[in-house]
Amino acid sequence: MENRPDPDELLKNIQAEETKRGRLKIFLGYVAGVGKTYAMLEAAHQRKAQGVDVVVGYIETHKRAETEELVEELEVLPRKLVEYHNVTLPEMDVDGVINRRPQLVLVDEFAHTNAPGSRHPKRYQDVQEILAAGIDVYTTLNIQHLESLNDVVAQVTGVTVRETIPDRVIDEASEIEVIDLPPDELLVRLQEGKVYVPDQAARAIQKFFRKGNLTALREMSLRRAAERVDDQMRAYMQTRAIQGIWAAGECLLVCISPSPLSERLVRTTRRLADELNAEWIALYVETPQFASMSPDKRDRVANILQLAEDLGARSYILSAGSAMDSVAQTIIEFAHKNNITKIVTGKPLRPRWQEFLRGSLVDKLIHKSGDIDVYVVTSSDKPSLPADESPLKLHSPIHRYVLSLLLVALATVIGFLIGGRVEQTNLVMLYLLTVVVSAIYLGRGPAILASLAGVLTFDVLFVTPYYTFAVSDTQYIIVFIALFLVGMVISQLTARASEQAQAARQREAETAELYDLSRDLASSANLESILHVLKKHLEQTFNRTIVVLLPEENRMVAYVVSENLKLNDEEMAVADWVYRHAEPAGRHTNTLPAAQLRYLPLKTSKGVVGVLGVGKPNTSDADLTPAERRLMESFANQGAQAIERALLEEQNRQMVLLQSAEKLQNALLNSISHDLRTPLVAITGALSALDENYEMDEPARNALIENARGEAERLNRLVGNLLNMTRIESGAIKLHLEPGDVQDLVGTAIEQLGKRIEHHQIKVDVTANFPLISMDFTLMVQVIVNLLENAVKYSPEDSIIEVAASLRDSKARLQILDRGAGIPHDDLSRIFDKFYRTEHPESVSGTGLGLSISKGIVEAHGGQIHAMNREGGGTIIEVELPLKI
Amino acid sequence: MTLGNQRVLVVDDEAPIRRYLRAALGAQGLMVYESATGLEAINAVLSHRPDVIILDLGLPDIDGIEVTRRLREWSQTPIIILSVREAEQDKIAALDAGADDYLTKPFGTGELLARMRVALRKQPSATNEPIFQSGGLTVDFSRRLVVVNEKEVQLTPTEYDLLKILVTHAGKVITHRQLLKQVWGEGYDDMHILRVNISNLRGKLEPDPSRPTYIHTEPGVGYRLKV
Repeated sequence: MENRPDPDELLKNIQAEETKRGRLKIFLGYVAGVGKTYAMLEAAHQRKAQGVDVVVGYIETHKRAETEELVEELEVLPRKLVEYHNVTLPEMDVDGVINRRPQLVLVDEFAHTNAPGSRHPKRYQDVQEILAAGIDVYTTLNIQHLESLNDVVAQVTGVTVRETIPDRVIDEASEIEVIDLPPDELLVRLQEGKVYVPDQAARAIQKFFRKGNLTALREMSLRRAAERVDDQMRAYMQTRAIQGIWAAGECLLVCISPSPLSERLVRTTRRLADELNAEWIALYVETPQFASMSPDKRDRVANILQLAEDLGARSYILSAGSAMDSVAQTIIEFAHKNNITKIVTGKPLRPRWQEFLRGSLVDKLIHKSGDIDVYVVTSSDKPSLPADESPLKLHSPIHRYVLSLLLVALATVIGFLIGGRVEQTNLVMLYLLTVVVSAIYLGRGPAILASLAGVLTFDVLFVTPYYTFAVSDTQYIIVFIALFLVGMVISQLTARASEQAQAARQREAETAELYDLSRDLASSANLESILHVLKKHLEQTFNRTIVVLLPEENRMVAYVVSENLKLNDEEMAVADWVYRHAEPAGRHTNTLPAAQLRYLPLKTSKGVVGVLGVGKPNTSDADLTPAERRLMESFANQGAQAIERALLEEQNRQMVLLQSAEKLQNALLNSISHDLRTPLVAITGALSALDENYEMDEPARNALIENARGEAERLNRLVGNLLNMTRIESGAIKLHLEPGDVQDLVGTAIEQLGKRIEHHQIKVDVTANFPLISMDFTLMVQVIVNLLENAVKYSPEDSIIEVAASLRDSKARLQILDRGAGIPHDDLSRIFDKFYRTEHPESVSGTGLGLSISKGIVEAHGGQIHAMNREGGGTIIEVELPLKI
Repeated sequence: MTLGNQRVLVVDDEAPIRRYLRAALGAQGLMVYESATGLEAINAVLSHRPDVIILDLGLPDIDGIEVTRRLREWSQTPIIILSVREAEQDKIAALDAGADDYLTKPFGTGELLARMRVALRKQPSATNEPIFQSGGLTVDFSRRLVVVNEKEVQLTPTEYDLLKILVTHAGKVITHRQLLKQVWGEGYDDMHILRVNISNLRGKLEPDPSRPTYIHTEPGVGYRLKV
């Protein structure tokens, strides 16, 4: 590997310099009382003197006069009071700070734990949000609160610090200022009462403030700061392309397990990585047993991986077979792929004999590691195996053990019954059978018990001397040992096989669920059905309430919600936070954990498309297991992609709509300019002919006038149609519903058509007692006029046009039947489209608006209109209206 | 009734329409006055005492409905409303306010003259004109007798009342509300019963009820007995 500045690294540095994120400065002390807060305030005053807008977000003065004096001269933002168990706790008001938008805010006690019910559990998370809003922050911190030093501090001082902050937060700080005070001076200050000491903790604190402790802590903080300077130096050299001293890129890999030792492993690796200035990765290899592990253990794995991430590692989970060989192989392959130079693993805690049976991972790793170093870490105060790790722990419910003993008893009874007829040694087979049956159906523990009980029963009952454990013939010892060993092996093998099968089933089920989801999502045509599919699958798979929220005009809107799930404003605020920050929040997370639901961002490569909310399961308040969490993330990913696809399609559709609207507009302009002009030509022509031609004979004059009048009427109808169309399209159409007489309706329409239908026979078949229908009479007359006019236009002269009315399914059905040209089958559904006209016959004029207006009016009535071809030639237009709307 | 020498007041804010009416009505020997706004129109009625008023509904100052209402406070001069097809509600309001008839723009001169003739005609009544006849329809008010094509027709009392009102205002439009009020009484607002009775009446009078010749429907407004 070359020691040349990495382009990615350079880019990151440049970005770090350019980014608008606020800058964090930490005033680091090694213990309370060194004057961090005072130093911070002094620095703030300097900045203020330079014209920087400085406010105090939260400072605890501990009533020290000199500190209070400094605070008073600054603007102090009001604190937020958080109610908790009838106690009001003052906390920093994060939103207040962000809304105030100062250039610099002072926040004391970086490692502080917020009151329950605050947005974030820890103050450093509040600070991160403030930084993200582009505001600079000054804060104070004692070295013992640093996560990676937590255990060292505990070892050195004997005091375990509970309030810790992840190292990466410190790494992100732009500047660290060490506030140093020699321990002797500090002790003097303490004696003078200048150090704030809470009363109840006075004694413990006194113990803590021993010179030895202070020296150790001081060293730690100075060293930490020195490392930091190192890093900055290196970064500087990289940006300036100075070749040099940095080591080849080391990369560490720490293998974790559910064991409590893993936490220590992770911390150790972090320190090692710091010293080597190396990247590091935490890896958990999941075996089929993972599925059958207790939720506690699975949570522990998740927590350890989280810890590693907090300490700056990348974390991975891989799957392997259950054999140690397979696990080791997986680790080594991963290490090679990721250019790992050192593997850190824990010293096995199991007894030697178990290692012999199962194999040792460390041995296997060392054996396969090749050029990779393997570090084996141990603990000084050897942590005991947790109860469920112990080989004596009962893995199966107690009744299974009882059952296995009953099986042994049964074998014994059978042994007695057939005892006389078979060789005694063959009776051993009976017990062996018992072991196999137990292993298959009852599990590992009961099988081992069966083999043990079998051996003892056989010895006592069938081997001379009877009823004692003594054995006269030594060759039986071999039988016993063989029986016991075979029993052990069989039980181990069978149990493992069934575990593997179970794990495989679970994986298969997960895969099947994912496959089902993706298939259903792929077949969902629109956003609504995608969301419903997503909700349905999530509900079924996780048995939890689900909500999917999408942004709409700057706020989140719940699109699909499980039954019985109500989202109040606070929940919506959490969802909104998640959408804006693209990070999970809510229940069981570090942000707003007081929320009812856990919220995940629905992320795609282009950004966040929405938020998924997951509620409590029906029975308990259990968090999702890591496996469930991963599966849910897969679901969320698939869902997010499907949603994005739907949104893009929608955009696309809008585009197409816009384009077709444009096309329509062109068609409208063409059609209208033509249709408006034709009658005007006829009218203007007639008028000018009459004006100029005095000697025109009577019939010619009349013909001209008649034609002009007909054209004028046509123009009037066209304008009426355009007005109606506009009203229908803009939704401005208002129905005046009244009971209407269908016979009257048809009669009025025929009368309005007047001369336009004089060359056709109209046959009306509406009974006099046809019920009245709720309708807007004027508009429905327009419909019938349009339909009849259309029928007349497309049928030969003197043909019969029928109008029939009938009742069907509590609907009135009106039919206009003609013997015209008919409509090509493909056009049947399109003839109601605006400006649509069938290709032939071409001689027929019209705008193609009539049918479309009719459709609009009928649909406004809650009815339907269809066209069909008539048997024997011609067209039927059918209008269905509900009797009452 | 023939037209000639009568005074007509044309109220319309569109000069081309006033010009057209002045030419068309002047050619009939009518005396034409013009107003472009509603207030002008009211003053013109006071000063010129027209025999008939042709009133456009869409006026720039006060609308035609309001003009009708104000005129009807002191004048019974027949008013013919001009309106567009899309304004049914305005038409009805004007008719209910006391206008005599209406015409939908655009209209022919012949149509307007026919309306004016009907409007200028004195209302017939049972006392001065006991027998009405139009086409094959004869109504004898004194004997409550209705004959169609020389055949006596039996009507229910309600149907007879309806027919009587239509005949009394023959040639003029009667709004649904006017019919309901006069036949069933004030506050009666059941369109259903009116439609059914008109349908029954047509069934008894009209040779082909689906193409009525006597009782004409004015869509959305009311009915008119043709003369």
